Amino acid sequence: MTIDLKTVKHISKLARISLEEKKAEKLATDMNSIFEFIEKLNELNTDNVEPLTSIAETTLRFRDDKIKSENIREKILKNSPEKNDDFFVVPKVVE
Amino acid sequence: MSEITSLTLFELIKNIKEKKISSNEAAKSFVDRAERSKKLNTYVTENFENCLKHSKEFDNRPNFDLKLPGIPIAVKDLFCTTDVRTTAGSNILNNFIPTYESTVTQNIWNEGGILLGKLNCDEFAMGSSNETSFFGNVQNPIAENIVPGGSSGGSSAALAANLTPITIGTDTGGSIRQPASFTGTVGLKPTYGSCSRYGIVAFASSLDQAGPMSKDVKDCSILLEVISSFDKKDSTSIDFKRNNYSKDLTNNIKGLKIGIPKEYRIDGMPDEIEKLWQKGIEYAKECGAEIIDISLPHTSYALPTYYIVAPAEASSNLARYDGVKYGFRSSGENLIDMYEKTRSEGFGEEVKRRIMIGTYVLSSGYYDAYYLKAQKVRQLIKKDFDEAYNKVDAILTPSTPSSAFKIGEKSSDPVSMYLNDIFTVPVNLAGLPGISIPAGTDKNNYPLGLQIIGKPFDEQTVLNIAYSMEEKINYKNNISDWWIK
Amino acid sequence: MSDKSEFFITRDQNIYEVVIGLEVHAQVTSNSKLFSSSSTKFGAEPNTQVSLVDAAFPGMLPVINEFCVKQAIKTGIGLKAKINNKSVFDRKNYFYADLPQGYQISQYKYPIVGEGMVTLDMPEGQKKVGIERLHLEQDAGKSIHDIDPNSTLVDLNRSGVALMEIVSKPDLRSPDEVNSYIKKLRSIMRYLGTCDGNMQEGSLRADVNVSVRKKGSKDLGTRCEIKNVNSIKFMQMAIIYEANRQVDLIEDGKKIDQETRLFDTKKNETRSMRSKEDAHDYRYFPDPDLLPLEIDDEYINKIKLEIPELPDEKKKRFIDKFNLTPYEATILVSDIETSKYFEEVIKDSDVKLSTNWITGELFALLNEKGLDISDSPISSKNLSKLVNFIKDGTISGKIAKTIFEIMAEKDEDPEKIINEKGLKQESNPEELEKLIDQILNDNQDKVTEYKSGKDKLFGFFVGQAMKVSGGKANPKLLNEILKTKLTK
Repeated sequence: MTIDLKTVKHISKLARISLEEKKAEKLATDMNSIFEFIEKLNELNTDNVEPLTSIAETTLRFRDDKIKSENIREKILKNSPEKNDDFFVVPKVVE
Repeated sequence: MSEITSLTLFELIKNIKEKKISSNEAAKSFVDRAERSKKLNTYVTENFENCLKHSKEFDNRPNFDLKLPGIPIAVKDLFCTTDVRTTAGSNILNNFIPTYESTVTQNIWNEGGILLGKLNCDEFAMGSSNETSFFGNVQNPIAENIVPGGSSGGSSAALAANLTPITIGTDTGGSIRQPASFTGTVGLKPTYGSCSRYGIVAFASSLDQAGPMSKDVKDCSILLEVISSFDKKDSTSIDFKRNNYSKDLTNNIKGLKIGIPKEYRIDGMPDEIEKLWQKGIEYAKECGAEIIDISLPHTSYALPTYYIVAPAEASSNLARYDGVKYGFRSSGENLIDMYEKTRSEGFGEEVKRRIMIGTYVLSSGYYDAYYLKAQKVRQLIKKDFDEAYNKVDAILTPSTPSSAFKIGEKSSDPVSMYLNDIFTVPVNLAGLPGISIPAGTDKNNYPLGLQIIGKPFDEQTVLNIAYSMEEKINYKNNISDWWIK
Repeated sequence: MSDKSEFFITRDQNIYEVVIGLEVHAQVTSNSKLFSSSSTKFGAEPNTQVSLVDAAFPGMLPVINEFCVKQAIKTGIGLKAKINNKSVFDRKNYFYADLPQGYQISQYKYPIVGEGMVTLDMPEGQKKVGIERLHLEQDAGKSIHDIDPNSTLVDLNRSGVALMEIVSKPDLRSPDEVNSYIKKLRSIMRYLGTCDGNMQEGSLRADVNVSVRKKGSKDLGTRCEIKNVNSIKFMQMAIIYEANRQVDLIEDGKKIDQETRLFDTKKNETRSMRSKEDAHDYRYFPDPDLLPLEIDDEYINKIKLEIPELPDEKKKRFIDKFNLTPYEATILVSDIETSKYFEEVIKDSDVKLSTNWITGELFALLNEKGLDISDSPISSKNLSKLVNFIKDGTISGKIAKTIFEIMAEKDEDPEKIINEKGLKQESNPEELEKLIDQILNDNQDKVTEYKSGKDKLFGFFVGQAMKVSGGKANPKLLNEILKTKLTK
């Protein structure tokens, strides 16, 4: 299987990473060599294998329904590249 | 006291407790050496002034009951540290200053450790040579223009160069053990769930583990004791009884069964690695361990599995870097344009490559063929280990298939770079503890490491075997301080 | 209530049926968020209820709120649904300004609740609507486009609040059924205390799936999804518009595209948001920061013990025990507050009379004032007293209405009003006899007329007696005495 330029561009859209034409070509080459190496998995028959989703040998722990976090707006907004006193500010969203 | 920096952690603690060295003297020595070691490019962010200040404060009101009394420590720049810039080696977090502390570093400060600064690493811990860092290559103190390994390359280099008595790294596919192997130091990846992931910049959540890096095994056990803790803030943290690893450390491993997996004898493995492994087997025997041949049949599938699972998780974990809440933002005509430019300019090539792979394997129509398949193979890999552990107490392998290579040598070929992690990756996939200890050198006199893999939560046995073998191996690093003029 | 809920669209000889399925997003009632400990309170200053986890700072991790899990299980039980012993949290990946993680934690393949059923009371009778599933997920923040002309502002207060997405089967056939379904769902959740159902505050929103087909056909047509509609009225308007749009397309021989549409409330129309080709590729995968959610039967059984009597069961009890008509019972159980009020009133009062007063006078009053029963100006205790005074003959029904009006102004004890205004009914036979004798005496000509066969004049005497007594004469007694006297 090969990953073509169109696919690379589609994936870059999904990943929200803009890609110049030249970079896209290089990426397609790299991805193809990586997937060639990944395809090795197809040698294995895994029809009756249960997928392993978590390696942690424990069950999901519960938290109590208590409010512990106070108003930390200043801290939350501190690192934002663009903000005002109350909000994060982003370029106009076009629907 | 110029030799302060060459002391082991254990010796340094002893000297501080006996008041032969003050915390401030120690801090000054490390800061001074760091100032003369800029050429190694180990630090991304220095915290020297604060460190000196805090060491004085410690000396004014010392508490020698602590496990790391006034010990200056530099940490990998993947751990969030309050009010100290945390970059993860990326342009996208170039200006990020956390308002919170990771659990692992907090544990260190709670025991008296003092932050020296933040150490260089591959961008978002994605790399095996520290060459993907936005902040440039790190020099391996072993020799000029040799990589220190990765992703915890700044950590391994700083440790080997005596810029910090001990350090911590993170290990997703070998990022502690491989750089330890490349620099002649000790590095341990604990069992998944031992060290909290809270406050560590995530790469691949189901694989990431923080761990200690040290000059010897005893130091490693001291630091593990400090950083391993159950944490309610991490749903994958495990509440198991943790040993007093340093107190329980013993070189008596008589009768322990150590497995030698035949599948680790890979095609094209250099002779010197094969020889090192044989030597290791002999040492283990001399230590009184019983050597047993075992099989881990799915070993060769580990790397392809890893290169599906890790990028998939990373593609999602790194979605939060969008220029809205923190970090770098590029200007865009609208929101989507801003996202695409920010992420394109903010991430480096390797990170983008992995995000692309991860996005692809999760995308509609490919999930079953790649991601689900990888999860199934991961199950098989884990079962291999489960079965092996019915027969043996631990497993001995080489840490890496080669010694440290030249800067630039492998950076243009991702697959050859990925092959570096061939012996370490299965351990992450199975969530097991694994340590790399220096065990010899190659023809260039570059260090080579052996890996001991343990049962889940059995870090003690791993440390004991390493401790026992360390004595027999008696490895000495041969570092000439070539970078100091 | 109209007597039929049917909805068909007719074009020439063709009759079309509309097929509707709803994905309701109900905000879980809880103090703190699904995976963080910040407050869920509505109406706070922007970004003041945001934790490091909610804003997706590097290294922050989700830890699940047990109460939200219980609430989802309770709701599942209320929907007579299967509770799954194992469910999985997945990440739904997409980029948006108010989605700080770049993914929403949701449940995709393995939801916490499986198939269930809701029963609707329609004019034609009961209608069963299948529930496909219920899953837990995080709410997103809020993007505000209308404060700053050049930028979008982001408020993350809502980011991470727990939602239950309740997906129905495509069993609904008309706007009336949708109305009834949403109200029933809301009622069940309010009985359970799992969602306050406040649509103004966005606690209940729905995505509406609409398709049409020729009446009698068994095949499903191509459906369109109308996103995020936040009132029943808008849902109904959107359905009517959308169904007609689809029918028009079919009649014109055109194809319906499977797509996501938005309802424009100002223009009363739906318009395309994105086509199937542009559909998001959400790249769902199990969240590696969380483990599967495992719930054993013992845990579920414990929760079952906390389940209160729900509207359907309550209705049955009201009919069986209190002899209410199905119509009365339906009204009285429709809302948990109404049913509580009703049960409080009838504790010490006559059921039939209480029912009439609640469904009649009280509902009219609340309706007129635009109040919920929980804010009723007349307490259940005082209404109960009023009903008792009617029942024991202390006051007449007519006087009761006067007292009710006074009570509506200020919630006063009816006994106090009766005493202060001297409204007590005259039930003393001797007093009444005196009064009647006087009236008969004053109207001897009429008495003669009556006795000669003009029966209708009986009403005249009653009226006179009421007038003289100021309306206080006990009507029953008055009738009896009057009859006796006139037949003498």
